[in-house]
Amino acid sequence: MNWKTFGAMLARDAHVARRNAIQLVLQTFLQPLLFVFVFGKVMVSSGFLPEAYKSLLLPGIISISMVFTGIWAVAMPLIAEFQWTREIEDRLLAPISVGWIAIEKVIAGMIQALIAGLVVIPMAWLVLGRGVQISLGSPGTFALIILLIATFSACGGLALGCTINQQHIGLMFGMVITPMIFFGCTYYPWSALKTFPILQKAVLINPLVYASEGMRATLAPQFSHLPVAAVLGALLFFDILLLVVGLQQFEKKAVS
Amino acid sequence: MPVGIRTQELCKTYNSAPPLGTAGGFVARADAKGSKQPKNQIPALDGLSLEVQPGEIFGLLGPNGAGKSTTVGVLTTRVRPTSGVAWIGEHDVWKEPTKVKHLIGVVPQRPNLDFSLTAREILVFHGAYFGIASRVRNERADGLLEKFKLTERGNQMVRGFSGGMMQRLSIARAMMHDPQVLFLDEPSAGLDPQTRILLWEIIREYHQAGKTVLLTTHNMEEADALCQRLAIVDHGHRIALGTPAELKATIPGGFVLRLRFGNQTPELLKKLEGLSGVREVRPAEPAGVDVYADRGGSLISEIANLAVGSGAELSDVHISEPSLENLFLHHTGRSLRD
Repeated sequence: MNWKTFGAMLARDAHVARRNAIQLVLQTFLQPLLFVFVFGKVMVSSGFLPEAYKSLLLPGIISISMVFTGIWAVAMPLIAEFQWTREIEDRLLAPISVGWIAIEKVIAGMIQALIAGLVVIPMAWLVLGRGVQISLGSPGTFALIILLIATFSACGGLALGCTINQQHIGLMFGMVITPMIFFGCTYYPWSALKTFPILQKAVLINPLVYASEGMRATLAPQFSHLPVAAVLGALLFFDILLLVVGLQQFEKKAVS
Repeated sequence: MPVGIRTQELCKTYNSAPPLGTAGGFVARADAKGSKQPKNQIPALDGLSLEVQPGEIFGLLGPNGAGKSTTVGVLTTRVRPTSGVAWIGEHDVWKEPTKVKHLIGVVPQRPNLDFSLTAREILVFHGAYFGIASRVRNERADGLLEKFKLTERGNQMVRGFSGGMMQRLSIARAMMHDPQVLFLDEPSAGLDPQTRILLWEIIREYHQAGKTVLLTTHNMEEADALCQRLAIVDHGHRIALGTPAELKATIPGGFVLRLRFGNQTPELLKKLEGLSGVREVRPAEPAGVDVYADRGGSLISEIANLAVGSGAELSDVHISEPSLENLFLHHTGRSLRD
């Protein structure tokens, strides 16, 4: 393992992220904040939704911001760099084994996902105003869960980015991302699906469900949520699965 | 210490289209149509063995699709061979890829520059990937920008660069970590004549510093001007090997007269063989003859007389002097540009 090379690649990704900072901030925070404003502010203050919805929404918003930041941060550059410009080749030719280049991308994605999660909390809170009941009962569990979420998002980005071609990005959004968001228990708790028993079971294949429920379990435990152990187990499972698939796909793309 | 290159019986069959930049296979695919092989099996290398001496400038010469880029791909850890072994110095490329990557610099056929960075950053980050200290890599980047006449554009994003500028920057990047072995895949494709001469000078200078250079080309002039030894490859195997002078000496006579007739008879071929100075006469498609001889223009009047005498209408004549192009023609019956 060549730490100098690994560090230089991380520095390169940080440099590029700094250069695109404004674009990244808009891309990461605009949509969740608009959502928070419409549902948490407009709908609540006009009486269509109860005040408590604010506290239910915030954990979901954190998880969705983290997950999509991580996926986006890893998948989009990879899709572009493996295209015909083959931009990634200068790193594939760096003195480090190919798998570590993929790991570097995952670490860079995790860092971005963690920043997104931690920044969106105060921003959303600010938009929601008074009446948010969030508590941090168990900081250790919270830290573990956001770490697992960040890993899942970055590994998911790796797997998607090395599987999908540029011409299929639209399809990826339609077929993967959109259903994931709507059936990800971000805007409602998993228990709300109990009137749709088949759907309630089916959404359990969606890793975003565990991210949202995990956030809810640690930040707003007053709402019913999946057990923490189930959340941790499922997130760990998806982390490993997506990492293994992602590394395989990366190797396949990198070496012909 | 200079480092050599060796390959032993390299074979590569692509299961789908080869990756971009490795031209090998695209032409072969057309050939494979209708053959026994499954549709998506594309043979690119067919038992290629090479030995490049440490400190040598070696050329791989062949038409598009001959397997040149695939060979470079295998030697630079980018294409996994189906069978066979490749070494850079003492290191088996596919057993110790990281060690090999330390030793090599690669200029791809098509620029693969990092579009998120400026020209100078591309060089500096490349240095960082190779663990070069900050001060050294900054100095080296400035030196290379100067050498490749890119200093003024150093702080611009490379997206807007012309093809020639990208190519120059690719070469500068490959030299950034001062590799022992430099691979250049079609280095002068798309360069204007001035830049080509600059590139040749730089390659010679690099070679004088004791480095090994392997370049692929289908440009005869380039192979002739730069390479100490050449391998001519076609359909994934080697068809000739030697210094440019040695190779040219193997062409019978040296001159090639490509003649086209309206209608030609076997009797005419016999008569052509009888002319003084003619070494070999080969029928060529369609209705033509390639005459290998040790003289060129002075044969034409005799040939024209023969043609009139046997009622064959001479419709086209092309004379070429001793060259590697003729060598390729001699070995394959095809021109390099076919």
